Amino acid sequence: MANHAAAQHKGIPWKHVVGFVLSIVLTLFAIWFALETDLSTNIKLLVIFGLAIIQAALQLLMFMHLTENSRTQGFSGRIQIGNILFGFFVAIVIVVGSVWVLSSGHAEKKPTNGEHEMKMDSGSMNHD
Amino acid sequence: MAQSKVRDLNTPMEYQSETGRLNILGFWLFLGAEIALFSTLFATYMVLMDRTADGPALGELFEVKGLLIQTFLLLTSSFTCGLAIHEMRRYNVKGLFFWMITTILLGLGFLGFEIYEFFVYIHEGANIGTSAAWSAFFVLVGTHGLHVTLGIGWIILILIQVAKRGLTPQTTAKVFISSLYWHFLDVVWIFLFTAVYLMGMVMQHG
Repeated sequence: MANHAAAQHKGIPWKHVVGFVLSIVLTLFAIWFALETDLSTNIKLLVIFGLAIIQAALQLLMFMHLTENSRTQGFSGRIQIGNILFGFFVAIVIVVGSVWVLSSGHAEKKPTNGEHEMKMDSGSMNHD
Repeated sequence: MAQSKVRDLNTPMEYQSETGRLNILGFWLFLGAEIALFSTLFATYMVLMDRTADGPALGELFEVKGLLIQTFLLLTSSFTCGLAIHEMRRYNVKGLFFWMITTILLGLGFLGFEIYEFFVYIHEGANIGTSAAWSAFFVLVGTHGLHVTLGIGWIILILIQVAKRGLTPQTTAKVFISSLYWHFLDVVWIFLFTAVYLMGMVMQHG
């Protein structure tokens, strides 16, 4: 039994090695991109969050074998994937929704130009 | 080993018992809930990160060197944890123990740096009560640190069980589930690394 099962999992676990190397590359690239380039803040944030999502997907697929149960089980693998995707959907709604609702419009981000924005808002409302 | 008869022998041991399979599925559902839990803390942090009151700005105190050390400790521990499962599937108990203990040591290293980091911040005048931004920071990063602490304790207890009972469908499922938990902590760290540290430094320095 041991030999039989071991045949499947012999040698170097390439999936893990590749996942590890890619994670290191993505981490270093994110740091370099965030701190050493002269692009605008918005582009930097977009790129580093994109890199984070790629790295999270790498962990889930290469290290955690997210899809593995589907090969043997048929159903629970799909439940796993659907559940994790739904978890990320909920997370994005909570984070982006909270930041959007609480940081734009009503609550001024910086006190200095906040007054200016509020005047603009009330001005445009009068015109409407 | 009665359970192994019902599964084909190419199936890893942790999937061979019905209980093992359902526990693994159930743990994935739990991880979905953990994603939602951490997302609320991330949302709080990202909404409040500018509200520094009279305290220092977040990005002012973050340091690249410490951040890199912490990141690589946790990332490497996630990798060694994967190697431990690889060895477990080859029924190599020694390999499992070697890589799992390495994982725990790296996790302890990470935890040590995090505690040190917190002490430095508090020393520089930023504690959990300094401002809304620092409250959100300490709660978010502290919750992750608490998870790492629990994970270390949990893995140690399961390793003791493996040492006593050997590899069975029950113990392998437990090891596998604790490995999922450990990898998940690295997934959360990727977002802490990005949303807290990198974003804090980008906002600070442009």
